[in-house]
Amino acid sequence: MKKILFALATTAAVIGFSAAASAADKAKICFVYVGSKTDGGWTQAHDLGRQELEKALGDKIETQFLENVPEGPDAERAIERLARSGCGLIFTTSFGFMDATVKIAAKFPDVKFEHATGYKTAPNLATYNSRFYEGRYIQGQIAAKISQKGVAGYIASFPIPEVVMGINSFVTGARSINPDFKIKVVWANTWFDPGKEADAAKALIDQGVDVLTQHTDTTAPMQVAAERGIKAFGQASDMIKAGPETQLTAIVDTWGAYYIKRTQAFIDGKWETTSSWDGLKDGILTMAPYTNMPDDVKALAEATQKKIESGELKPFTGPLKKQDGSEWLAAGVSSDDGTLLGINFYVEGVDDKLPQ
Amino acid sequence: MRIELERRPDVSKLFSILSPFIALGLTLVFGGIMFMLLGKDPLSALYSFFIEPLTEVWSLHELAIKAAPLILIAVGLSVCYRSNNWNIGAEGQFIMGAIAGSILPVVFYEWQSPLVLPLMMLLGMMGGALFAAIPAFLKAHLNTNEILTSLMLVYVAQLFLDWLVRGAWRNPGGMNFPETRTFDATAILPEMIASGRAHWGFGFAILAAILIWFMMRYTLKGFEITVLGQSERAGRFAGFSSRKMIWFSMLLSGALAGLAGIAEVSGAIQQLRPVISPGYGFTAIIVAFLGRLNPLGIVVAGLVLALTYLGGEAVQVSLQISDKPIRVFQGLLLFFVLSCDTLIHYKIRMMWFDLTDTTADGVR
Amino acid sequence: MGIFEAILLTVITAATPLVLAAIGELVTERSGVLNLGVEGMMVMGAACAFIATQQTGSPYVGILAGIASGALFSLLFGFLTLTLVANQVATGLALTILGLGVSGMIGESYVGQSGIKLPQIVFPILSDIPFLGPLLFRQDLIFYLSIALVAGVHWFLFRSRAGLKLRSVGDSHSSAHALGINVIRTRYLAVMFGGACAGLAGAQLSLVYTPQWAENMSAGRGWIALALVVFASWRPWRIVAGGYLFGAVSISQLYAQAFGIGIPSQFLSALPYLATIVVLILISHNRRMTLINTPAALGKAFVPDR
Repeated sequence: MKKILFALATTAAVIGFSAAASAADKAKICFVYVGSKTDGGWTQAHDLGRQELEKALGDKIETQFLENVPEGPDAERAIERLARSGCGLIFTTSFGFMDATVKIAAKFPDVKFEHATGYKTAPNLATYNSRFYEGRYIQGQIAAKISQKGVAGYIASFPIPEVVMGINSFVTGARSINPDFKIKVVWANTWFDPGKEADAAKALIDQGVDVLTQHTDTTAPMQVAAERGIKAFGQASDMIKAGPETQLTAIVDTWGAYYIKRTQAFIDGKWETTSSWDGLKDGILTMAPYTNMPDDVKALAEATQKKIESGELKPFTGPLKKQDGSEWLAAGVSSDDGTLLGINFYVEGVDDKLPQ
Repeated sequence: MRIELERRPDVSKLFSILSPFIALGLTLVFGGIMFMLLGKDPLSALYSFFIEPLTEVWSLHELAIKAAPLILIAVGLSVCYRSNNWNIGAEGQFIMGAIAGSILPVVFYEWQSPLVLPLMMLLGMMGGALFAAIPAFLKAHLNTNEILTSLMLVYVAQLFLDWLVRGAWRNPGGMNFPETRTFDATAILPEMIASGRAHWGFGFAILAAILIWFMMRYTLKGFEITVLGQSERAGRFAGFSSRKMIWFSMLLSGALAGLAGIAEVSGAIQQLRPVISPGYGFTAIIVAFLGRLNPLGIVVAGLVLALTYLGGEAVQVSLQISDKPIRVFQGLLLFFVLSCDTLIHYKIRMMWFDLTDTTADGVR
Repeated sequence: MGIFEAILLTVITAATPLVLAAIGELVTERSGVLNLGVEGMMVMGAACAFIATQQTGSPYVGILAGIASGALFSLLFGFLTLTLVANQVATGLALTILGLGVSGMIGESYVGQSGIKLPQIVFPILSDIPFLGPLLFRQDLIFYLSIALVAGVHWFLFRSRAGLKLRSVGDSHSSAHALGINVIRTRYLAVMFGGACAGLAGAQLSLVYTPQWAENMSAGRGWIALALVVFASWRPWRIVAGGYLFGAVSISQLYAQAFGIGIPSQFLSALPYLATIVVLILISHNRRMTLINTPAALGKAFVPDR
């Protein structure tokens, strides 16, 4: 017994020592997740980004994460724990962590923070976001080409600007091909409930939509679409496995590029606070392969993607009308980022009343 | 093998104190084995879980913050459960208390006065109590089972909060994100001591626990609660009304849950958001029973449960594992604590060879 | 297929897990044991059913695994509450915490895999009946089982000797004990039946409803099942009524949204809960009837005197 205890103690000491040694020469990059790192959606995408970061800069850094952190006071504690455990740069990956991150950033001026999808910054707190709507514009165009009935179904999570922006971009893209295109929206009031998302998908399909897109995290809607024989778009990750003959493309969150860029700057001592809103051209989101569509549609999608990447095409460019028919953007005018980030109205063509 | 229980003539004082430690020991052994199987060093895991959160001042404050709502709610629930009223909707009462208390800092945000804070707390208690009045009324006058009504109303409260923060109460300067304006300094519950961010919510919790303990032990009301809880018939003979008790216990627990809600929002979150509780109302049910429905026991139980959350994060950070094994470990700890409490009332006999009963009933 | 029929099909899929878990819990509660761990047993069933299906390629093996895991998991609850007379409410809640943790741990490597959907069993001739045919006779095994189980439980409780014994244990364990009924064994079996049903409900989630495994995929359905038992005032057929009412209200709100009606979705989402309360108020008016059906010894521990 004594021997075992001794062995355990030495192992503990060795582990403790090696951890201390590596901490001294390696920068610690930390992540706070709102969900489980294997949720197959939002959080998993961030965790894949973390893994890419480890692969790219593994000799100079080590990473650490806390998962399933509830928003609110628990988040504040989790972030503080990481800040105290020697993290140099901390990414907080949910909108709901915003105020917690702001508070802890003020308390630890020597630690750098990056908050995803928020709008509050500080000298040691940057924000970052991804122009998911660029991908949704392409999806809208594909939907308009594929759909026989001219109606797409849209499973939405919660009415926040991010989701409303996606809906508008999708409709704008679709209407650039078919000016009469319409979408039906169902608010599932959840990010993550396979059963409810499947029910929402069935409700939409039963009412005649023949293309499905989702802004919730599980593959359940994709599975329902596959079963009912209609086409669908994936969300957050490539969902081709759930619908090999169903998925047209998917918006894949690829945060890795951003994490590597920022961590490199941090190591080099060149980290500065920013409010970055990267898009397709920066690789912060990518489109899953265009599949299950005729070649001409695929060509159109690829061409649109190129135009967006080169900056030639901006999805929200006039003439665009709001849902009530009043003018939003005059011909040739593109929306500014500020309006987009706080958007709470629909464009024309959405068959739904925006929850206010 | 067969396990048999034999009732002790008296409650064992020794095991009342010893049983949590036996449970802890068993958890350490089994948890250690689990961490070892996961390829992690069990000693440092257990250290991070149980000791590390207690070694630093900031984390003691966090412990108090996490434990405060659990204790406040559980103390109220203990009165309910002792009187045989099964309020399991404290989560909803927590939320409605938070909403009612937030009327001042959100709607009347221009009114800044030292009166705001006490009024908020009062409104919070009223909000929680009024929401608990619904199942109370339905049970007392329409004979409707309170387990169902109080549980269903939790979802209604959550959706009501969601609707508010996305609509009428949304912060006009908040980029249309679903949250209210942040509270003015006059509406924020101050810190208890200067060394950290633990707010007066914890003070309320301790105060409530002492008051309810006193009530249960030394007042006629406490006696009434116990008698009615043990037998409605006996209570009637003593001249107690079980209908009045439904109202009393539900309103009391609703008010305390509501106070917990507004204290959490005002002290820790400082605005309303779509989700303000990671299930405090449900976790508090476990806390109430872990504390053996005794308000002072509940204080200890609330702190222990809060420690399991803090310790869980510490282990995640120090061992680099996911939070799933931590949940399992937490479940193990609860199981051992619950089962070791058997020792207080019973002697346990292991019958290795069953010679007495040839018709072997299997497990008894 | 008409829209009404389509809605009903969606409702059936959504209601089946609720009915299954609730009918199991009903038997448990009729024996006098309150197991609040339905959510935990359900999510364990979902994980084990999915894993077994992926390993063997057969969803029927998956069903068995779901049932077995639910029953085994409930045994843990039984040991604590029946053998060691630990508090039932707290143990049930702890079981849920443990179930969510264990299922997440064992299912971690199965996230994102596309599962095998349980095939339909089509009854010839019957399935051609207009309207009812596709609804009732073109379903999967678990749906048929759910109906058979409700009928079986009804027969068992009110027509069989063993059922009478079980009810008497739930109404007064001391009298039952005095009559020579083995209270503890009866309750163990009832708890395991409840666990098995919850496990089967979980299997329905990961094999029929959405053929995949996602952490915490039961998403609160175990709690609804618990409420349904109360709603049904411990009578089997009312479980079906309650389950389908709840399913119908929650599904039709999604259809109403897709139809484009302009009511806040939060209000629509709250409807199933409010509807359940209102209906319960209406049916619990008769105090005597409610008392007859409520197991008097519910939640009370029993230790045989020796």
